[in-house]
Amino acid sequence: MSATSMTGAEMVIKSLVDQDVEVVFGYPGGAVLPIYDALFKQNRIRHILVRHEQGAVHAAEGYARATGKPGVVLVTSGPGATNAVTGLTDALMDSIPLVCLTGQVPTHLIGNDAFQECDTTGITRPCTKHNYLVKDVNRLAKTMHEAFYVATSGRPGPVVIDIPKDVQFAQGDYQAPNGKQAHKTYRPQVKPDRDRIEAAVDMLLEAKRPIVYAGGGVVNSGPAASQLLTEFVKMTNFPCTLTLMGLGAFPAREPQFLGMLGMHGTYEANWAMHDCDVMLCVGARFDDRITGKLDEFSPGSRKIHIDIDPSSINKNVPVELPIVADCGFALEDLIKVFRARHTRPDEDALAAWWAQIDEWRAKQCLSFENSREIIKPQHAIKRLYEMTRDRGDEVYITTEVGQHQMWAAQHFDFQKPNRWMTSGGLGTMGYGLPAAIGVQLGHPNGLVIDIAGEASILMNIQELSTAVQYRLPVKVFILNNKYMGMVRQWQELLHGGRYSESYSEALPDFVKLAEAYGLKGLRAETPDELEGVIAEMIAHDGPVLCDIAVDPAENCFPMIPSGAAHNDMLLAPVPEGEEAIGAEGRVLV
Amino acid sequence: MPDGTIRKHGNGDGKGAGKRMMAKSGTVGQPGAAYTFEKQDDPVRRHTFAVIVDNEPGVLARVIGLFAGRGYNIESLTVSTVTEDETVSRINIVTTGTEMVIEQIKAQLERLVPVHTVHDLTLEGPHVEKELALVKVKAKDHSRRESLRIADVYGAKVADTTLESFVFLIHGSPEKVDSFIELMDALGGVEVARSGVVAISRGAQIAPI
Ligand SMILES: Cc1ncc(C[n+]2csc(CCOP(=O)(O)OP(=O)(O)O)c2C)c(N)n1
Repeated sequence: MSATSMTGAEMVIKSLVDQDVEVVFGYPGGAVLPIYDALFKQNRIRHILVRHEQGAVHAAEGYARATGKPGVVLVTSGPGATNAVTGLTDALMDSIPLVCLTGQVPTHLIGNDAFQECDTTGITRPCTKHNYLVKDVNRLAKTMHEAFYVATSGRPGPVVIDIPKDVQFAQGDYQAPNGKQAHKTYRPQVKPDRDRIEAAVDMLLEAKRPIVYAGGGVVNSGPAASQLLTEFVKMTNFPCTLTLMGLGAFPAREPQFLGMLGMHGTYEANWAMHDCDVMLCVGARFDDRITGKLDEFSPGSRKIHIDIDPSSINKNVPVELPIVADCGFALEDLIKVFRARHTRPDEDALAAWWAQIDEWRAKQCLSFENSREIIKPQHAIKRLYEMTRDRGDEVYITTEVGQHQMWAAQHFDFQKPNRWMTSGGLGTMGYGLPAAIGVQLGHPNGLVIDIAGEASILMNIQELSTAVQYRLPVKVFILNNKYMGMVRQWQELLHGGRYSESYSEALPDFVKLAEAYGLKGLRAETPDELEGVIAEMIAHDGPVLCDIAVDPAENCFPMIPSGAAHNDMLLAPVPEGEEAIGAEGRVLV
Repeated sequence: MPDGTIRKHGNGDGKGAGKRMMAKSGTVGQPGAAYTFEKQDDPVRRHTFAVIVDNEPGVLARVIGLFAGRGYNIESLTVSTVTEDETVSRINIVTTGTEMVIEQIKAQLERLVPVHTVHDLTLEGPHVEKELALVKVKAKDHSRRESLRIADVYGAKVADTTLESFVFLIHGSPEKVDSFIELMDALGGVEVARSGVVAISRGAQIAPI
């Protein structure tokens, strides 16, 4: 191993280069000046100056999710680090690999309440997969390589390295990365036990009403895993549903696809989950948005759960057959073993199951009443989808959080993984715009659209400036319903229509706002203006913000009210005087 | 509202069994609500874990933070390095929970990057559990003799004495230490310092680090 002498700051850059990093999202400050100085003197690493550290982390997340490579963040101590906390938590919840470098006050001042000091490792311990405080420059390079290894192996997640300023200045020996396993003992299991795979195939062959329920783990495993999932589903002709995080892991236009499941999932997906007799869960984690009422969740099924994280297994729902493995390896073995068997699933039973599913499909649960006077939000998304469809795999969608996010998930079809970036676990308003910036950097020729709500977009609106500075042609498509729509919907369903503080008062003129930032602003107020605006947005070679005035009263259906079971879905509005959600559901979120 | 009709699906269509009505009644905190993942009638058990970790800064905070953050109990926790070069520590934790929670605790501990292995000693088989305590007793006149007699029965040693007090050193199972403290307390006030449980499996097998 070669050891070269250099400063800590230079080591940071050198190890980023050695880890094949191309882009760093960051914001300077006193405690990271030496690293910014080292950045200035090189041209291997591109630095993207965001306008708020939360934006840096979401941008890195978007980059990571669209490219499959770890995202890198660089922020200063104190407020720089605390501003990054929301993004780190978001990345932890959605298992996104990130390495976040934070400056720290010099080692001799740590604990002194020095200017811009905060206990970064203490604050970020619960919101990172792992974190480090590097006090010795000779450990810095090793820690950097270890951080990339930890962030990307097993279940991915964010890793923070806190680097005191004196360590950045100090001279030390640089260690190049030596192979893949950069940690002494951390070796997550990625290959499945063969007996378990055999047992899984036994169960699947006996199934009369099977379902495949897959999630973000398949996307995280890499594009090969999605291909294997597709191969498995098409080979077996089993119905397949995906979580919000998993959209794209199986092509939405294949006949086996039942749509998304869960709280705002389709009628057919949720009923099939409820009535199935064998469930194959791949890279999903039975979270409360998926299961609804736990003791009525898929009561008659035997469950197989493939997950890379043993703590996800039996956490919410007890399963008959846990398989700890990377989804890709597990699916590969599953296909091999399935193919090698001579028996096949009961064809008649499967045909009857599909007939039942077709009955549920016939409800057309995603249909909505369109209008000629006012733009329906679902219609806006449908048209956006249809008008960008010819761009195929080149289209990348990010979202903010709220009704628009759910409508986007319902009405936008994804044929490939890594095309859909949304804040699933944490549900972070303000995620979509910076994430779109990250995606665009990973795919300079892609058509990157942030489907937004007028409330969410204001949470990180400053990042428009970043898009303009780097000439990133991201499109912001605001479904402006003048409400925090999802909050308003819950208030309507749970709190007697008392719309406490959920009206978007004093909104800016979004078109003028866009122009003030130096990008194109467009507005559609009636259904006949919609398509022109979408066409102009797509055609414009630069960032665009569209303000689409949509029906303020529209609610997002189907919906499983919190605390209810999969077969207790609401398909349409509840009349006045009736309660959609009982006392039990009301305390849940 | 666009149409105002009620369409609560879940009645009669589809062949699934299960509850057909909207969840309108029921008490908060019943099993089945989204966040109660333990069945309330599952018995709560006491388990002793041995957690082998890298002896690096913050590792104890990680373990304790995990218990606090996820709402697990800690009955006792002890930690010390166990290798000559002080690179590896062993954390002994006594906790309580239902079977599902205990399984989660083990899996969550194993997920921490600096954790090498987690032994659920209670599950793994016979093991020795010991605790050490220093018990200060106010003892004058007749209670002096009485406290010495009890100490003798328990095999406790006198670690310090004045004309009006003793400090006893006792070790043994947590139950033994409990009952010793209880008796001493009955004689007069006590002050207690306990080490918490250390535990190890019985037999010849040496757990790898
Ligand atoms: C940072 C943050 N704060 C609060 C919330 C709670 N919340 C969830 S959806 C929502 C309303 C979002 O409104 P808008 O962006 O206009 O989207 P819409 O639901 O109207 O489509 C709020 C406040 C959240 N998810 N994130």
